Amino acid sequence: MSTTTDNWPEVQATAREALGEDIAALIDACREDEHPESRLIGVLHKVQETFGYLGEKQLDAVAQLLQVPAAKVAGVAGFYHFFRLTPRGKYVIHVCMGTACYVKGAERVAQKFMEELGISWGETSTDRVFTLEGSRCLGTCGLAPVVMIGDDVHGNVTADQVPIILDTYLKRAK
Amino acid sequence: MATITEQFESLQSRSQHALRDRSAVDCIRIQVGSATCENAAGAREVYEEFRKHVAASGRDDIMLHQTGCTGRCSREPIVGILAPAKMPVKYQHVTRELVHEIFTQHILGEEPLWDKVLDGPISEPAQHEILYCQSRRCDLPGPSPLAELLPEKLRQAGVAEGTVRVTAASCFGACGKEEVGTCAHLLVRPDKTLYRIHNEEELDEVIRQHVVGGQVVQPLTVPGKTVGRKFFEIYGDVAFFNRQTRVALRHNGVIDPESIEEYFHYRGFEAMRTVLTRNDPKWVIDEVTRSKLRGRGGGGYPTGLKWKMGHEAKDPVKYLICNADEGDPGAFMDRSMLESDPLNVVEGMIIGAFAIGAEQGYFYVRAEYPMAIRRLENAIARCREWGVLGENILGSGVRFDLEIRLGAGAFVCGEETALIHSIEGERGQPRVRPPYPTERGLWGHPTVINNVETFANIPAVINYGADWFARIGTDSSGGTKVFALAGKVQHTGLVEVPMGTTLREIVETIGGGTTTGTAIKAVQTGGPAGGCIPAKWLDTPVDFDTLSRAGSIMGSGGMIVLDETDCMVDIAKFFMTFSEDESCGKCTPCREGTKRMLEILERITQGHGVPDDLDKLERLGRLMKNASLCGLGRAAPNPVLSTLEHYRDEYLAHVTDKQCPACKCVALLYYEIISEKCVGCTVCARNCPVTCIDGERRKPHVIDQARCIKCGKCFEVCRFDAVARK
Ligand SMILES: Cc1cc2nc3c(=O)[nH]c(=O)nc-3n(C[C@H](O)[C@H](O)[C@H](O)COP(=O)(O)O)c2cc1C
Ligand code: SF4
Ligand code: SF4
Ligand code: SF4
Ligand code: FES
Ligand code: FES
Repeated sequence: MSTTTDNWPEVQATAREALGEDIAALIDACREDEHPESRLIGVLHKVQETFGYLGEKQLDAVAQLLQVPAAKVAGVAGFYHFFRLTPRGKYVIHVCMGTACYVKGAERVAQKFMEELGISWGETSTDRVFTLEGSRCLGTCGLAPVVMIGDDVHGNVTADQVPIILDTYLKRAK
Repeated sequence: MATITEQFESLQSRSQHALRDRSAVDCIRIQVGSATCENAAGAREVYEEFRKHVAASGRDDIMLHQTGCTGRCSREPIVGILAPAKMPVKYQHVTRELVHEIFTQHILGEEPLWDKVLDGPISEPAQHEILYCQSRRCDLPGPSPLAELLPEKLRQAGVAEGTVRVTAASCFGACGKEEVGTCAHLLVRPDKTLYRIHNEEELDEVIRQHVVGGQVVQPLTVPGKTVGRKFFEIYGDVAFFNRQTRVALRHNGVIDPESIEEYFHYRGFEAMRTVLTRNDPKWVIDEVTRSKLRGRGGGGYPTGLKWKMGHEAKDPVKYLICNADEGDPGAFMDRSMLESDPLNVVEGMIIGAFAIGAEQGYFYVRAEYPMAIRRLENAIARCREWGVLGENILGSGVRFDLEIRLGAGAFVCGEETALIHSIEGERGQPRVRPPYPTERGLWGHPTVINNVETFANIPAVINYGADWFARIGTDSSGGTKVFALAGKVQHTGLVEVPMGTTLREIVETIGGGTTTGTAIKAVQTGGPAGGCIPAKWLDTPVDFDTLSRAGSIMGSGGMIVLDETDCMVDIAKFFMTFSEDESCGKCTPCREGTKRMLEILERITQGHGVPDDLDKLERLGRLMKNASLCGLGRAAPNPVLSTLEHYRDEYLAHVTDKQCPACKCVALLYYEIISEKCVGCTVCARNCPVTCIDGERRKPHVIDQARCIKCGKCFEVCRFDAVARK
C-alpha cells in the first residue's frame, strides 16, 4: 500500500483515534477486499451505530483510512436517508409513515408525539432523550400503525398510548 | 472420494442425530413465533414465560420450539401446541397470563382452551378433520361437487354431527397431469393421510374404514412426499391457512429459522443435491423455464430466460444478487421469508449460481430489517460450517460464497442498476439500460439479480417438479404469489395463493373483508408504482398481465385494502409525496414531474384546485411515463392516473364543490354543532385545543369557524352526535 502524504502515519493515527479501534480494524479488513471502496456503506453503518450519527470528523477519518475521496464519502452519506449527519437523542422514535400505517392513522400518532415532545420531524428533544423520525415501512404492516423506539417495535399504537410509551422510555433513560 | 450423494446423506444423518437429541418423537411441542412482527406483539415475553413453566414442571417430554412468523399479523403472538396423535391447536393473542392457563390446562391437563384458539372460539373439538382440495383440477367426475358430497356421505355413514370437520383447502401438490379432472384429493387428520379418490365408492371406503373404523385405507393413499402435506399437518387447523397454497412460505412458522438441522429435516438442500448431482446448468435453466416462474420483484420477467442470458454471457467472472431491498411501504413478505426461512432463500441462490456460473453472490438487504440481517448472517455462517457454501460444495467442485450488503434507506436502490451502484459503494442512482446487468453488471461483469421470493420458489421447483409448479398458476405465469395484506382488512398478514386467484378470494374470503364490516372501496396493489383497483373489479384474477390491464401492477405483492373513509385523492397524494421524496434527481422528467404533480395534488386537497388541474395531472403523468430514465419515474404517476380514471368524481368534488366525500382532507372539512341535538354538556368546549367553542351549560354550543383548526376533537368527543362533519 502506498502512502498518500508524507505525514501519513500522523494522519492515520488521528483517524484511527477518531473512529476507535473497532472501526479502524474493520476498515483494515475492508482494505483487503478486492473492492475496498464497495465497503464504504457498510463502514458508515458501523460508524452510525457506534456514534449515533456521522460527524464530520468521522467522515473525514473514514475517507482517510479507506482511501476514498472525502467528497465521495460525503456524497454517499448525504444520498442515503438512513444516514444522519447531526447528533440524535438517546432514543430515536421511528413513526412508520408507510402506506399501511398511513391509512390506519399514523398521522395522528405522529401528531401526538410532536405535541408531547414539542418537536417536529428530524428534531431532538431539549433533554436529548428523544429524536423523532418518520420511517418508510418497518415491515410489520400487519400491526399498523407501528412505531419503533430503539430496537423495540410497538404495534397497533394509538395516540392515547403515546404519553405512556414516552414515559417508559424516559424512566429507562434515567 | 465420497460422492455428492454420500456427502449429502452424511449431513442429513448428522442433522438427524442433532435433532434426535433435542426432541423425542413423542414429545409435546410448544411453538412460539419469533420475528419482528411476533416480537412486536409480545412473543419474546411469551417464550420466556413458557421457558419458566417448562423448567418448573420438570418434564423432559415438553419441548419449546422457536419458529419464524406464520404471517398472521393481526392475531400475534401465536402459539402452537403439537401433541402426539392430537390435532394441532393454535392460540392467538397469547399473553403471559394466557401462557399459564395454556400450560396448566392444556399441556398438563390435556384440556385445550377452545375459547382462546386461533380464529376461535370453537365449541367442540372435532376428532377428525377432512380437508379437501377445492381447486378446479381436483374433483370427482360426476354431478355433485365434493363440497356437497362430503357432508352427505358422512351423514349416511352415521357420523355424529360435529365430530368430523370438513374444510376446503388449496392444492396439496399431489395432483399429476394424468389425473386432472379424474380424481380428488383429501387429507384426513390427525393421521396425516392423503388420499386420492376416483369415485363415490372410494369416498365411502375412506369414510367407513378410516373415519369410522380408524383404519387407514392403504391402497388409496398418495405415495411420496407432497409439498402441502408438511404444512397442513401443522397449519391445517384454520381457514386462513387452508385456503392458501404455501410454496415460497412452506416453512414459515414451521421450522426454526436458526437451525440448519431442522432445515435438513424438511428436505433442505435436497434440490441443491439434485442439481449438483445432475451437474447440468442447462437442465436447471430448462426446469426453471418450464416452471413458468416469473420474477417476484415486480417486473415479472421470466426467471428461466434471465438465467439463460446469465449462463450464456461470456465472462469467467459473474455475480448473482438477491434483491432484499423491499422498498414498497406496505410489503413485508421478503422480510418474513428472510426471518422465518432464510436457508431456503440461500439454497435457491446456490442453485441459481450454479445455473449461471457465478462463484460470488450478494444479498442486498435494507438496513431497516435488523432481524432479517441477523438471521441471514447466521444462515450463511451455518452453511459454510456444513460445507454447503464455500470452496467445494458437497465435494462437487462447485464454488460459491455469499456476502451481505446493506442498503441505507433509498427506495430507488431496489432498481437493479441503482442497486449495483450501491453495492459498489456509490450513490444509488440508476443508469440507462441496455446494457442490462446480465451483460454488464457489478464491476462490469455479467450479473443476475432476483428477488427474495423468486429464489424462495426455486428449491420447490426442483424438488416437486417444473410441471407441478407451472400447473399451480395460470397459462402465462406459474406457481403462487405471496401478498402482504394490510390496511383496512380484518385479517392482516401474508397470503400465498396460486397465480390467477381473484382479488375477492384474497381480500374477502381469506382476508375477511374490512375491519368495520363496511364495503371495500378499492385495493391498492404495487405500492408507489401501482394503482387502485376499484371494488367493482374484485373478481379480477390476479397475475402480472391482468393487473397491468386494470391500470395497476403486481409489484412486489403489497396489497392495501381501502374503505369508504379513505380519500382517493389523498392516497394519490400520499404516494406522490413518497415518489417525490425518493426521486434520485438524475433525470428531469422525474425530478420535476413528481414535484409538479405533488404541488397540484396539494392544491386540490387544500381546496384551491381548478378544473384544468386534472388534465394537467394526466399530461404530466404521461410525460413522466414516457421520458423518465428508470422505473421509479416511469411508474410514479400510476397511483394518480389510476385514481383519476376510476374516481374522477372524487377529484371533481374536491375541485368544484370544495368537498372531500371521504371526510379526510382536513382543509375541506367543516365542523358545526347542530343546535337541536346539542344538550350543552360542555365536553366539546373543554376538549377543543384552541377553545373556539362557546356556550353556556345546558344551552346549545357554537363553533367560532374563524378560529377552528378542524382538528376533529369535538366530533370525536360528543356523545350526542351533535357535531356534524361535512
Ligand atoms: C424504483 C424501483 C424499485 C424496486 N424495488 C425493488 C425491490 O424492493 N425489491 C425487488 O426485488 N425488486 C425491486 N425492483 C425491481 C428490480 O429492479 C428487479 O427487476 C428485480 O429485483 C428483479 O428480480 P426478479 O426478476 O426476481 O423479479 C424495483 C424496481 C424499481 C424501478
Ligand atoms: S426516473 Fe427518477 S429515480 Fe429514476 S433515474 Fe430519473 S430521477 Fe432518478
Ligand atoms: S359535546 Fe356535543 S352535546 Fe355536548 S356541548 Fe358539545 S356539541 Fe353539545
Ligand atoms: S374541530 Fe377542533 S378546533 Fe374546531 S371546534 Fe372542533 S375541537 Fe375546536
Ligand atoms: S407501512 Fe408501516 S410497517 Fe409497513
Ligand atoms: S391437489 Fe388438488 S389441484 Fe393439486
